[in-house]
This record gives sequence, C-alpha cells and structure tokens, in this order.
Amino acid sequence: MNHKVQELQARAKEIRKLTIESIGKLGIGHIGGSLTLSEVLAVLYFDTLRIDPKNPKMENRDRFILSKGHGGPAVYATLALKGFIDMDELDTLNKLNTNLPSHCDMNKTTGVDMTVGSLGQGFSAAVGMAVAAKLDKKDLYVYAIIGDGESQEGQIWEAAMLAGSRKLDNLIAFTDYNKMQIDGYCKDVNGLDPLDKKWEAFGWDVHVVDGHDITELLDAIQKSQNTKEKPSMIIMNTIKGKGAYFCENQVGSHNMPVTEEMWKKAVEMLG
Amino acid sequence: MALENKEMREVYADLLLEYAAKDDRLVIVEADLMKAVKTTIFGQTYPERTINVGVAEANMICVAAGMAAMGKVPFTHTFTPFATRRCCDQVTLSVAYAGLHVKMVGSDPGVTAELNGGTHMSMEDVAIMRNIPNMLIFEPTDGVQLRKAFPQIIDHEGPVYMRLLRLQPVSVFSEDDEFTLGKAITLREGKDVAIIAYGIMVSEALEAAEILKNEGIDAAVINMHTIKPLDEETVLKAAKETGAIVTAENHSILNALGSAVAEFLAENYPTPMQRVGVRDHFGEVGKREFLMEKYGLKAADIVVAAKKAIEMKK
Repeated sequence: MNHKVQELQARAKEIRKLTIESIGKLGIGHIGGSLTLSEVLAVLYFDTLRIDPKNPKMENRDRFILSKGHGGPAVYATLALKGFIDMDELDTLNKLNTNLPSHCDMNKTTGVDMTVGSLGQGFSAAVGMAVAAKLDKKDLYVYAIIGDGESQEGQIWEAAMLAGSRKLDNLIAFTDYNKMQIDGYCKDVNGLDPLDKKWEAFGWDVHVVDGHDITELLDAIQKSQNTKEKPSMIIMNTIKGKGAYFCENQVGSHNMPVTEEMWKKAVEMLG
Repeated sequence: MALENKEMREVYADLLLEYAAKDDRLVIVEADLMKAVKTTIFGQTYPERTINVGVAEANMICVAAGMAAMGKVPFTHTFTPFATRRCCDQVTLSVAYAGLHVKMVGSDPGVTAELNGGTHMSMEDVAIMRNIPNMLIFEPTDGVQLRKAFPQIIDHEGPVYMRLLRLQPVSVFSEDDEFTLGKAITLREGKDVAIIAYGIMVSEALEAAEILKNEGIDAAVINMHTIKPLDEETVLKAAKETGAIVTAENHSILNALGSAVAEFLAENYPTPMQRVGVRDHFGEVGKREFLMEKYGLKAADIVVAAKKAIEMKK
C-alpha cells in the first residue's frame, strides 16, 4: 500500500474520531450519515480539492457541497483538521450561537460553499455552480455528495437531467449509498435500485466503489476528472454509522443520543 | 416605439439586454416560459448566459442560487404561482436563508393571468414571499417605473421578487419622476383619505380619486411599488394627514399590502382603514375587466371603501 493511501486512511480515522467526539459532547446528532463520509472527505480535502485554508474564498477554488446537509459534523471535523476553523470550535457543534449548525451554512462556517439542509437543493445549486464555472471558463471542479434517501427527492433528478443534458464534465458527485434512511431500509421505503442504471440513463458517467476504500475512491475521482462531456457520479457503497460500535450498520443511527461513555469508548476502540 | 406604448415584457426584455451588455454577471435562468416572458431575444443574443432548465421551477431557483454563489446575478422567470408557491422552500432556503442575490420575476400577476384561469392566477404570491425574511417585493406600475427600478434591483444586496405585468400598462409616470426602491411615491395629495396602491391598481386609485373629488372628497394617492420592506414613514405621514387609509391591490387582501399597512398602523397609529383586494378566494378564467369587477377591484370599489374609511373616523 502506498504512502498516500496510508496517510489518507490516517486522516479518515482522525475525521471519524472527531466526528464521534463532537456529536458525543453534544449528546445527540446525525451520527450514522456523518460516519459514512470519513473516507471520502479525507480524500477530497487532503488530496483532491484545490483549496487554501489561508484563502478560503479563493476565486478559482474547487467547490464542495454536502447536499445531504445533515452530515455537517463530518465536514466540520474535516475543516478543523484542514485548518479552516479552530479545533476548539468543534466543541460548539449545534450549541447556542454556534458557527457549526446541524446542517451546513455558507454564511456561518468558513470553508462551506453552499447553505444546505432541505434535501435535493444543494445538488441543484452544485449544478448551477458548475454551469457558472463553465460560463466563465474557470478551471475548477464542483464536487457534491448526495444521500441515498435524498435521492428520493424529485429535485435530484431535475438537477441530474440538466447536468447530463448540459454535459457538465466539471461536476463530480457522490452518492452515500448506505441503504438506510430514517424510517428503515431504502428498499423497504422507496427502493433506489438499479441506482447505477438510473444515473447512466440521465447521461452520467458512473462508477461504483467501496466508499470506505481510499484506493477505490482515488481511482474513481481520477477517472471522473478524465471523463469528458459527461458529469460523473461515484456511487459509494457505505456502512451507516461506520466505525462506531454503538451504531454501525444500524437503521436507528440517523439521529441518536450518544453518551459520554459511548463516544469515549468508540474513540478508544478506533485507536 | 415610445415607452408608454410598449408591453411591460418588451420594456423588461430591452432592459435585460441593455444591462447584460455592461454587466457580465447578469444571466437568466428559465423554466420553459421564455416565449411568454419574451426573454427569447436575450436567449438569441446571449445563448451562453441563458440557462433554460426546462419545466422544473424548483431546479431553476436552486441552479440560480448556485450561480449567484459563484458571483453571477441571475434573473429567473416564470408565472407568479410557479415563482412562489411551487418553489417556496427553494426560494426560502437556497436563496433567502443563504443570502444569495437571485432576482425572481413572476409574470402575469393576479387577475392579469386572464384566460390561463384559476390554476395560473396567483392571489397569494406576494403573501408567500412576504413571510420570507430579507425578501424585497416590488411591482412596477408602468414601463417608466420599471426602467428606473431595474438598475436598483441589480444593485440591491439580496433576493428580489418582482411581479411583472405581461402586457401594456396604463402609463402613470414620466421620466422626470424620481424613483427609489423602498420609497413610496405620492401621486396626489389629499386631506380626507389616502389610497395606497401598486401595479394595475394605481390607475384605478387615481380614477377613484377623481370620482371622490367630484363628490367633494379630497383623496391622496400613493404608489407603494415596494410592498416589502414597507415604507412606514410614508404610511404614517398619510395616516396623520388624512386619518383614513384605503389599500388597493391585485392580490388577496391576506398578508400583502393591506395586511402590512394594517399591521403597521395597528401597532403605531391606529387609523380607520379598508382593504380593496381579492377577498380570500381562488381565481378563475376571465378577462381582466370581468374579473376586476367580479372581485371588487375597480375604481368604484375603491370609492366605496374610501367613503367607508372616512365614515369610520366619526
């Protein structure tokens, strides 16, 4: 295994531990769908994204939009590790007067590119950003993560159709396919399969990866960047609550109480 | 063609072209109504700055929000009901809550939807937008006022909702009239009652003032072109000077200009008042004059309301 992969795995572990800790210190939060994101955020923020914590509004930076906005705690942990926000700030997560609200807010948190929270909307905004970047011939990519439950929103497919139709090859999206949503398994609520075929039918270049495998993520991103005339969708098979013994692969982990004992033990177990 | 002989959409289409030529940030985001709003000319001139998302208003709003986040000044266009109730959550969160500069145009306000009928006849669009923090709501009365407002709309920091009459307006303003977004215009001084109106109701209000004059009643007429934020100073002055207020709007009386004025006066300077507008019901198929008579939006209805407000002073 090469050095870069090892380093990114270590980053992913740090993101995961900080995510568990910050939600644990609050006592409740969207832990399941935050812990699915540790690896992809490590890859994006510590390898892929052309961004500068010292110049967070850099005009030609790559953009990142977490359309499944409830994964905010994972993004905040990543932004702290990257140096966009102070590490101490993670302790304010979702507390009074915080700059780290439950769902990401571009006007509160340094390094956040779009305000999200109502599912489906951030993805449309990402498409708009990609359109604007093309219009100005800017050499940048727009990256977006959507949820599997979120993919039941009609707006996802409105945006998907437009991005495919306009051949937005500067847009690279990820689906966090953990197969669970608030009310149960996606397949029992409103099934998404065959998800890859759906995106292909909408004119997208599609890759299916293990969302917790750094090498597969790096490879799919590189292929997506090389794809011309099509936007790319990387479907990440993930495990909800990954890495926290008390919620891994559990349907009830969307938003759940986390005690001090739970978060400390989980962090310790990660090593 | 002189401005007063042009349709509002023609004046608007010319403005888009004029300002796009000097401001690269200006783009239009459409939902398959370019022919109705006449933005087709813009599309031919600036195809790359024209994003037609197809029949998908929710997507239109959020794509515009994303473009605004990249520094563009997007104008979106559709009919009033689809600009507001159809994509209320998108407008609320991705535009207003996010603090993005998207300019949303709703064509064919109120009864002017005419033969498109009840489904397309929004009597609640201003009400929906009025409940969204930081939203500026504006309806021009004629082409001259639209021309003066347009650069201020571009420069306004934050979201704007503009209701836009599609066809030819009654000409009210001249080039010499001053215009500032958010600042009401007193068209006629009066001491007995003040009629406050916007859009197509301004000419009805002026006609009502003439009728009242012939009956010995001195009515002021104020154009509240910016419904939100309300020009409270002008409302207070009118209430103090006349002691009786009538609002007139091509919209439901609920939560639009009439409500805004009533709320302000009730809290600050309780004044007898009457609201002329659609009284809590849906629209229907009909020509404008027919519907205005049916819903009580004519000058004669304003006259009745003015007399009632004056009577309440006693």
